[in-house]
Amino acid sequence: MSFINKPKIAHPSMPRNALGLTRRQYEGAMSTLCAGCGHDSVTAALTEACWGLSLRPEQVVKLSGIGCSSKTTAYFMSGAHGFNSVHGRMPSIASGANAANRELTYIGISGDGDSLSIGLGQLAHAIRRNVNMLYVIENNGVYGLTKGQFSASADVGTQSKRGDVNQTPPIDPVLLALTLGATFVARSFSGDKAQLVPLIQAGLRHKGFALIDVLSPCVTFNDHEGSTKSYTFTREHYHAAMEADFTAPAAPISADYPEGEALPVQLHDGSRVVLRKLESGYDPSDRRSAQAFVEAKLGQNEYVTGLIHMEESGSTELHTLNRSSTVPLNRIPYERLCPGSAALDELMQRYR
Amino acid sequence: MNAPERVNDFVVKFANVNGTGSASANTLLMRAIFRMGVPVTGKNYFPSNIQGLPTWYEIRVTRQGYAARAGHVDIMVAMNAETYSKDIREVASGGYLIYDATWPRNALLQRSDITVLGVPLARIVNESFDGVRNRVLLKNVAYAGVIAALLNLDLEVIDGLLRESYGKKQKLLDSNMRALRLGYDYAREHLQCPLPLRVERMDKTRGHIMIDGNTAAALGCVYAGATVGAWYPITPSTSLMDAFKGFCERYRVDSETGERNFAVIQAEDELSAIGMVLGASWNGARAFTPTSGPGISLMNEFLGLAYYAEIPCVVFDVQRVGPSTGMPTRTQQADIMLCAYASHGDTRHVLLFPANPEECFHMARQAFDLAERLQTPVFVLSDLDIGMNDWMCPDLQWDDAYRPDRGKVLSAEELDGMDKFYRYVDRDDDAIPYRTLPGVSAKGAYFTRGSGHNQYGVYTEDSAEYQAVLDRLRRKFTTAAKWVPKAVLTGRGDSRIGIVSIGSCDGAVREAIDVLAREKIPVDYLRIKAFPFGLDVESFLGAHAMIIVVEQNRDAQLRSLLTLETSVEKSKLHSILSYSGFPMTCQPIVDGIRAALAEAPRFSVVPR
Repeated sequence: MSFINKPKIAHPSMPRNALGLTRRQYEGAMSTLCAGCGHDSVTAALTEACWGLSLRPEQVVKLSGIGCSSKTTAYFMSGAHGFNSVHGRMPSIASGANAANRELTYIGISGDGDSLSIGLGQLAHAIRRNVNMLYVIENNGVYGLTKGQFSASADVGTQSKRGDVNQTPPIDPVLLALTLGATFVARSFSGDKAQLVPLIQAGLRHKGFALIDVLSPCVTFNDHEGSTKSYTFTREHYHAAMEADFTAPAAPISADYPEGEALPVQLHDGSRVVLRKLESGYDPSDRRSAQAFVEAKLGQNEYVTGLIHMEESGSTELHTLNRSSTVPLNRIPYERLCPGSAALDELMQRYR
Repeated sequence: MNAPERVNDFVVKFANVNGTGSASANTLLMRAIFRMGVPVTGKNYFPSNIQGLPTWYEIRVTRQGYAARAGHVDIMVAMNAETYSKDIREVASGGYLIYDATWPRNALLQRSDITVLGVPLARIVNESFDGVRNRVLLKNVAYAGVIAALLNLDLEVIDGLLRESYGKKQKLLDSNMRALRLGYDYAREHLQCPLPLRVERMDKTRGHIMIDGNTAAALGCVYAGATVGAWYPITPSTSLMDAFKGFCERYRVDSETGERNFAVIQAEDELSAIGMVLGASWNGARAFTPTSGPGISLMNEFLGLAYYAEIPCVVFDVQRVGPSTGMPTRTQQADIMLCAYASHGDTRHVLLFPANPEECFHMARQAFDLAERLQTPVFVLSDLDIGMNDWMCPDLQWDDAYRPDRGKVLSAEELDGMDKFYRYVDRDDDAIPYRTLPGVSAKGAYFTRGSGHNQYGVYTEDSAEYQAVLDRLRRKFTTAAKWVPKAVLTGRGDSRIGIVSIGSCDGAVREAIDVLAREKIPVDYLRIKAFPFGLDVESFLGAHAMIIVVEQNRDAQLRSLLTLETSVEKSKLHSILSYSGFPMTCQPIVDGIRAALAEAPRFSVVPR
């Protein structure tokens, strides 16, 4: 853990975003995770991404379940409401919160145990409902807080710190999400901030459920030789197929893309994501081919990273399906919700 | 050997096969009696099945307006050959049995002390109608015609009901009316009509309706301003959400834009359903979930979080028979302890006990007000009998001056005026802290957690800080006791015997009190409407030498709760328990009190 509590007062030279806020104002409580934990890098990427998007902290809701990963919500954006719920059940809290107020930005932070074991059902159904939220899985293949048991994402043949070898097949959140019809599926690595930050920004702007599986090594229980989720292994088996550059609405696309490799996608709020193909012939808009590609690479022990699949125009989120009021449900005046005594008197005739 | 004349005071039971459309014929008769001004109850004893199993429907015609099941049958309409032998045994001596005489059943239907009436229903229906399904359905209407003739029901009233049901479907209306007359005319021609047990017009249902508790509770949620409902289908609570959705589609859809001012989410299980309710409530919507015992079992984890993190939520537990899957289509009050202390650790929850659909309607509103005022889960403990059966109750009334009590929620302006906001500080000395909603002000931001926290909302493992919060939660429960609905006292309050009961036992208890009064045994009766118990409960227990606790479960759960949560002497509490799965009748209460008096002669029945 870090013992240096950073001052909240910003130096005048610190850059400010469109709201006039510095990065400091997007930070949270001091992390209590182990020094070198991948999760702290994810926290930094989240901070950077939210600052960069100039999100109003009070318009953001941070949600998590239980576990090392779920502590992340406390470590960024202290001006946002946070909800550290129960193990594996964050998706239902997020679904309900989103149902009540569709205007806020919902960021769910989970882990491989929280999402793929105890919470697999809730994750799957939040994807099916297409709850408009960013859902980050900090994936390290082990249970940290209970000291190093395998999680459901542990690969076959990977070795625990105590020397046990995992023999049960892993659940890959990316393949799972593709199967369940997720409209935004990405994978990244906590050590690749350049890739992760724009992915988070695109996920936050996506209208619907945006899943980012972040390989985020556990320095204490899963960073040894023989582990397939260590920093070394991840770096060696990291296959960036699709980089994503996020561009805010109205901002010009500045990067110079070689023809045929860049694929701009318009998001609902006018912002854009430019997908850069690092792998020729890869089509992120085609769910089936994305799935086949990820699966083939996994077979070669390689994690495909980047924005693996995105479906912006076809994304029908929870409120669209529900035909919900544009005014958030929690702000509709009571007078419009109660039919009143005259309607009740009339209704009584039905029961005579 | 016919029964003596008994006008407007008898029970008709229909034995049917489920999935054959008998329910509409049976409710048609019940509604006709109701419209003739005669108090009536309708109880449905159905299987956990969609088609082919035995099902019964019982209409009690009760001039006195009793709400309980009668416990006997005067007229059995035996339409299910599979259950003939059981059904015939159930008829009270001097009663009647009506069966389909298309096929001879003489050997099966032998009983010398009742009158067996055969009507060749299948034959007369088959002669007039085509189509297998059509014939099956219309045979039900034909027996309704027979019963109408036997009970002297007003055909015009039944025609009126049919017209309301099939108004625009002329063909359907015609065939129903024809079938009704087939039965009616056959009975008038071949049987002695009316029977000594019959209906005569009264004027005792004016200003009343026939409604089930789930519909009334759903309506209560609409009127309370609930906008988010999350649920997982489970008998017997499903119809509550169905009704909520139906009412919302009627009252909550913007006529211009088609936008809906509500969201009903069918969750993947009850864990998720309660999670959604907590998420929505935490975010400032009035949210609820209807469920039954097995659902509560699953929700325990989140209920503990809601208690500890102080998140309002409303749970309707329409109780059914446990343990485990139990008998899903039978009634019980066996979730009292489960709900009172749901979840691990020290938890206690607010419970409301409606006794009829009218109370389901009003308690829905009270539940939301209490949940938001107290920032805690509130359970409405209904049951299958209240929730799914039709009860006669006064017209539901609404006060347009009502405004929801949203509790202590700080606005942006209020936050601006504060130095700093802390989530769990007891500023008003009533043990209820202030909360803020996301999206209002960065100043109101706080962290909600189920892990140990201090009054500032910060994670803690410090004993004193942890205990301070836990002790305040206990004090909050004392505050709750002052605000929950008061118990209802019946009687002068000075009898030696006091009955204490809850919920759907009410009808049976009231009837028992009338029976005992005729035997010059005076009793007082306190119907508890909520937990935590108020001082009124404590003083009633103290003021009566013998307390009879009437409830519908095996283990005397209400009695246990009373011994745990009041200062009553345990030996003073005598239990009368009914846990057969059928709604309670007055008989075990009458017998139980007689027996208790016999065992304790010092409790002279002579009034003081």
